[in-house]
Amino acid sequence: MNTEALVVARNLRKEFPAPKGMKSEPIVAVDDVSFELFPNECLAIVGESGSGKTTVARMLVGLETVTGGELSVRGEARNKGARSLADRRRWAREVQYVFQDPYSSLNPRQSIGDTVRASLALHAPGNPGQRELKLKAQEILDSVGLAAPFFGKHPHQLSGGQRQRVAIARALAADPAVIVLDEAVAALDVSIQAQILNLLSDIRAQREVSYLFISHDLAVVNQVSERMIVMEQGRVVDAGNTAELLANPVHPYTRSLRAAVPRQGWKPVRRERLAS
Amino acid sequence: MSEALLALDNVRAVLHTRHQSQALLNGVSFSIAKGEALGLVGESGSGKSLTTRAITRMLDPAFEVSGSITFDGAPVLSMTPSELRSYRSMDIGMIFQDPRAHVNPVHTVGDFLTEELVRNRGLTRDEVEHRAVALLDEVGVRYPERRLTQYPHELSGGMLQRVMIASVLLAEPRLILADEPTTALDVTAQSDVMAILDEQRRARGLSLLFITHDLELAAACCDRLAVMYAGEIVEQGAHVYESPGHPYTIELLGARPSIDERLDRLPVLRYNRDIHEQLKAEA
Repeated sequence: MNTEALVVARNLRKEFPAPKGMKSEPIVAVDDVSFELFPNECLAIVGESGSGKTTVARMLVGLETVTGGELSVRGEARNKGARSLADRRRWAREVQYVFQDPYSSLNPRQSIGDTVRASLALHAPGNPGQRELKLKAQEILDSVGLAAPFFGKHPHQLSGGQRQRVAIARALAADPAVIVLDEAVAALDVSIQAQILNLLSDIRAQREVSYLFISHDLAVVNQVSERMIVMEQGRVVDAGNTAELLANPVHPYTRSLRAAVPRQGWKPVRRERLAS
Repeated sequence: MSEALLALDNVRAVLHTRHQSQALLNGVSFSIAKGEALGLVGESGSGKSLTTRAITRMLDPAFEVSGSITFDGAPVLSMTPSELRSYRSMDIGMIFQDPRAHVNPVHTVGDFLTEELVRNRGLTRDEVEHRAVALLDEVGVRYPERRLTQYPHELSGGMLQRVMIASVLLAEPRLILADEPTTALDVTAQSDVMAILDEQRRARGLSLLFITHDLELAAACCDRLAVMYAGEIVEQGAHVYESPGHPYTIELLGARPSIDERLDRLPVLRYNRDIHEQLKAEA
């Protein structure tokens, strides 16, 4: 690809200190992870729970500090935390995050119109007035399939799929270059999941945005992403074009993940004993 | 068909509130034979979990339950409190979606596994621990003796779900109710837990009611499937997955992304309450 990468990770490392009172080594959650995310693409990070995929995403948005390696967005290093509030805000404008659980990621006391408006007020260019903000918020909610009557509603009045739409709208309000989708459809019903996946592809058809899509569900990953990296115990063990990797998995770990997806004629298989 | 262990016939659960009455289970009928696994599939709000609560009579008193539920010939809805207690503790074993919400975090795994049998069945703690260790080993938990002294937070989700399966098997029930037992797990742990559940169930000839939103998973692990929508079973049988007959089932199957091919857009379910009512009226 000749375009410049939006997000570059080089030998990224994250250690968590050992539990208090234990004389053990620190826990290495992410170890030597490198990847690039280009404009207007969807890169999936795939792995089991505990593989470190969420930690990578959290480092990208500054929710975790970086222990070692390089992490940059548009050429600007993010290893060290933001130095000023203005930097912090600018970084947030570039990378937005949609969490797995739409029940805990929205403020229950804020109406969904206000949720989106607050994000707009922080990030919108110029200094838009209240009226303008409201109109813009309505427009964004409309674009994720939530019509005007939803504006004044509160999260408890919405279903899981509708809440996830609000979370996506909030992310879009910042007009980000990258949206991190951390298991964003895992908690949804099959029918709602299909709607949200379609919405994600519609958004990409309308504006330039890249997704960092974190998931353990390879069928979903196949539907949304062009490239994927596979993580196991903090390391990247496999990477490449999603369709090719899934059609012809070579690495044993990718194969085992692929084999665990229920499909026609599938039977659950038991692995060896678990030690943890 | 062999003898039914559990049979539901036209079960209705009507929720009475101050303003309205709403039927959340609307004539549910199915049966599970001895040693059979039935997959109850549906989306959130379709009434799957309500059905299990009706079976164990754990529905909120605000529900008015009618129809008949029989377990091995005994009418569940008219059991006395002591019959109900023994039915719940001896005949039925339950596995839930979130094992962490089901265990007491301040008690060890050993306490959790032994408490019920020591208290209610007059066994000694040593005897139960001995059996628990053997069972933990069977469900694929390494170092089972050490686990007994550990606390739930020290175990992973997949591991804790195996402990749950062991705890259910310890009580030697005749029917296992598994309510979304793998939804909180990732695909590999899911495959693992389902394989263990399936293998143990078959070895002991237990019946299973497996509740899930995942048609593919249910088809792989169950002898028969029943698909629920809006408190009703729209379709049931052994070949629902291979050759679905009901429009809802067909659309539900189509909406799931495939690992083999990428679609331009996923088909979105058009099936709704109106179509549902219309279909019922026509039938």
